[in-house]
Amino acid sequence: MAEKILMKGNEAIGEAAVVAGCRYYFGYPITPQSELIEYMARRMPQVEGVFLQAESEVAAINMVYGAAGAGARVMTSSSSPGISLKQEGISYIAGAELPCVIVNIVRGGPGLGSIQPGQCDYFQATKGGGHGDYHNIVLAPNSVQELVDMTILAFDLADKYRNPVMLLGDGALGQMMEPVEFKPSQSVPPAKPWAVTGPKGRSETNIINSLHIQPDALEKHNIHLQEKYSTIRANEVRYEAQYTEDADLILVAYGITSRIAQSAMEKARADGLKVGMIRPITVWPFPVKPFIETAPTAKAFLALELSAGQMVEDVRLAVNGVRPVYHYGRTGGMMPSPKELLGQITKILNGKEGN
Amino acid sequence: MAEVMFARPKSLRDIPFHYCPGCHHGIIHRLVAEVIDELGVREKTIGVVPVGCAVLAYDYFNFDTVQAAHGRAPAAATGVKRVHPDAVVFTYQGDGDLAAIGCAEIVHAAARSEKITTIFVNNAIYGMTGGQMAPTTLVDQVTTTSPYGRKQGSAGNPIRVSEMLSSLDGVKFIARVAVNNPANMAKAKAAIKKAFEIQIKGEGFAIVEVLSTCPTNWGMTPLESVAWMEKNMMPYYPLGVLKAPEEVAK
Amino acid sequence: MPKPVFNEDRCKGCELCTAVCPKKIVVIANRFNSKGYRPATCTDESQCIGCMLCAKTCPDVVIEIHK
Repeated sequence: MAEKILMKGNEAIGEAAVVAGCRYYFGYPITPQSELIEYMARRMPQVEGVFLQAESEVAAINMVYGAAGAGARVMTSSSSPGISLKQEGISYIAGAELPCVIVNIVRGGPGLGSIQPGQCDYFQATKGGGHGDYHNIVLAPNSVQELVDMTILAFDLADKYRNPVMLLGDGALGQMMEPVEFKPSQSVPPAKPWAVTGPKGRSETNIINSLHIQPDALEKHNIHLQEKYSTIRANEVRYEAQYTEDADLILVAYGITSRIAQSAMEKARADGLKVGMIRPITVWPFPVKPFIETAPTAKAFLALELSAGQMVEDVRLAVNGVRPVYHYGRTGGMMPSPKELLGQITKILNGKEGN
Repeated sequence: MAEVMFARPKSLRDIPFHYCPGCHHGIIHRLVAEVIDELGVREKTIGVVPVGCAVLAYDYFNFDTVQAAHGRAPAAATGVKRVHPDAVVFTYQGDGDLAAIGCAEIVHAAARSEKITTIFVNNAIYGMTGGQMAPTTLVDQVTTTSPYGRKQGSAGNPIRVSEMLSSLDGVKFIARVAVNNPANMAKAKAAIKKAFEIQIKGEGFAIVEVLSTCPTNWGMTPLESVAWMEKNMMPYYPLGVLKAPEEVAK
Repeated sequence: MPKPVFNEDRCKGCELCTAVCPKKIVVIANRFNSKGYRPATCTDESQCIGCMLCAKTCPDVVIEIHK
């Protein structure tokens, strides 16, 4: 549809999944993403899809495992504590090389935490979360339109690479309402000859499995997975860079924090301060290139996130010691104002280290 | 050319089983394979195999299979069956997989009356990991994690899964069987066949609990363990059809 | 005349079959197979009545019954 409609983030994700051809959703209620499961409960029957509220997040991710193994485009969603529950299942999905989309509308943690927005699941999303050598592809939208576009992209990437893809949202994006349009993907979903469908018509049976009990076989499988991840790193990095060519201080932020950082940056520029921003859009694979390109000319980087310091470690790795990397974070669901961020920016540019 | 009166069913690959000598998994796998063959559904069967001794069942069955996380086979099977409603989808689970870690998943798949079939192998112990206590281990039974015998005061009483699940309306057929002698083996096969027919007719969830032995971890010979099962397990876990659609004679 | 045919190298010597033969002609042999187990065997094929109980009891599908 060409027209724009005003939608809440959580619901827009649901509609985007439908546009992407997802017809199977298994989930469990948890604040702040319950609107998404409720939307799918209404919408799936309308498109002759399957909606099931599972008995737990654990059960839901294992239903996803089965449905993905059966060849379907399938999604689950949750928020931080529920995503923790899903980690074993996600590892199985990655090990068995199954495609699926997992939505995390991040809230404050650790433990039961709060129902307010957070960005404190970055490590969990990008450094594994589950056991074993694997990676989720992790997309980090910063607007309701990006929630839509990245949900549709997520299904394509999942099928292209036979890998779980996580949409890393947060409680603010999930709850906010913005105008969106739904542009279907131009990609044709690939055939899935490996899926379990009953062996009729095939000379070989298909097995969905992540167990390779002989060490040489498992090493071979892991080498294959790592080659896949190298290909993804080479081809699927996405980021946005603004005002970085002449910037003294480069902000690094994703998701809702990047919106606040945007306001702070524009105010700073209006005040004559040379501030730029690198906004990762994929946080795995992390965009290393823009940091390599800007580190020689910038004076410093400031990582901003709703956490005690998670993405900042990837920034430090990418900057590789060439320039100082500062961090400013709020936790518990507290959101910094643009004025607060501008205060940090000014402090650093005045030679006083941040905070 | 000799006419063969009894041979391996088509749904069972000609691969040596890794199971211990005398383990009933081999018999139960074969009965499931015979039923799949007799019902003529091999080409649309998808088995979901557990974590446990039967984890390698994906190598043994000659149809599509999914290896599921520990306890989660009913959830994985739900995902598969919802995508392929015409397929014959079953789970094959041990007592740890089904009655410990997987207790929520089996109860809810049964409550939803998922049109899947579950083969539950109960040998009152954890086999693969070396003989620890199971939810179905008997009171006073010695295992590696109940070295003084299962103490009621601390570990409670074993769970009668079939009786527990029979309280759910969604369960359309439950039988507890054994394969300890030829007569019981025939009843076991009939129950397994009935359970699959319930799915094929679209009636809902069916489960067959198969009492089994674990000679290695019980510390007995296969023949001794059959006798132990008859003497100790059968009184606590009585055989029989606990629930069936009305037209099925008990 | 029915007779049991043993795929000896699959036999694990579990002895379950020896307990069910109504003619008592299935026994454990006094030798080893290639896996180191003493395999089951038939002492007198002429006595076999083709009941198939040994084959059905075997957990390893060792026994076929031929007519």
